[in-house]
Amino acid sequence: MEWANSISELALPTVVAFIALWGLCHRVPVFDAFLEGAAGGVKTTLRVLPALVGLMTAVEMFSASGALDVLTWALKPLADLMNFPAEVIPLTLLRPVSGSGALVIFENILNACGPDSFAGRVASVLQGSTETTFYTIAIYYGAVKVSRTRHTLPAAAVGDLTGFLLSALAVRLFFG
Amino acid sequence: MMNWIFCAMVGLSLIFGLLGGRMAEVSSAAVGGASRAVSLSIKLLGAMCLWSGLMEVAQRSHLTEKLSRLMSPLFRLLFRGLSPTSPAARAITMNITANLLGLGNAATPLGIAAMEELEKQNPNPGTASGHMVLFVVLNTASLQLIPTTTAALRLAAGSAAPLEILPAVWFSSLCSVSAALLAAKLFELWGRRRRGMGK
Repeated sequence: MEWANSISELALPTVVAFIALWGLCHRVPVFDAFLEGAAGGVKTTLRVLPALVGLMTAVEMFSASGALDVLTWALKPLADLMNFPAEVIPLTLLRPVSGSGALVIFENILNACGPDSFAGRVASVLQGSTETTFYTIAIYYGAVKVSRTRHTLPAAAVGDLTGFLLSALAVRLFFG
Repeated sequence: MMNWIFCAMVGLSLIFGLLGGRMAEVSSAAVGGASRAVSLSIKLLGAMCLWSGLMEVAQRSHLTEKLSRLMSPLFRLLFRGLSPTSPAARAITMNITANLLGLGNAATPLGIAAMEELEKQNPNPGTASGHMVLFVVLNTASLQLIPTTTAALRLAAGSAAPLEILPAVWFSSLCSVSAALLAAKLFELWGRRRRGMGK
């Protein structure tokens, strides 16, 4: 779709320029503030590195042993039924649980299938449009010591499932 | 939970590797995994810095507060009965704005602050109130407008157009957020009716 392409080309440069100019108009030392924030970005990346090392090791071992193939094979009929690419199944399993783990699997799918393939695009849309559901629920309720979460999990699961199924549908819709 | 997943994956790898005779592959994967994690971090480092830097500018120029105010009509629709000027409401809108902009680090403390305010108003402490459920569900859905990490990894994998997925991401996010919120509202109504009948 032509308009979809132009939106995605416009979005990032517009946001970058808008934030910078907005800052300038409000007398913020734009570049100094930028440097300070960017330094924070380095810290964040370093903070997730240990989790990435642990999970990357586990995921690589898991897929090299053939266990991942068995898991994907077992879930393939269900995925086929919903027109969902089998290669992306592992991502749906880890995405709600671990952000770093999902990143690792996402990168593996991109490298194995190619970022502009059908599976690569579905994985990208899924990665971009879902969150680490279980982790979020645990952190937020844990912080206020609420143990009876009532219908939080079922409602969040409805959202996740919708996101999984629609990521495949959206790629068909927007990329034909 | 991550403890279990990590151990299960490593344990299953050993069993499957032994059964399938693929121990050589598993062993080299264990060695390579750690260093691939470092190269993954380096691929993400640039996008993380750029975005964190821009967001610092947005915060210092009060752009995030401005955006929060733009969202108040939507807020009133979702959190009926919660005063839009209360500290809880302020924390919630700031949290949603931070999520929209992809400021994960800012969103979590704001979200926890919002949960604390909501717990203060909670008639049954220890049990999630309707507002709390709605707020947590909103946070389990992705609201991020520009998925920078995803785009950075697509670029690193050699995509011709890393951001071409944007419209599809927005479409999918919008539908899943709506579905999750609708489900939360419906479950709430359903629960209330069931309790009403029990009396």
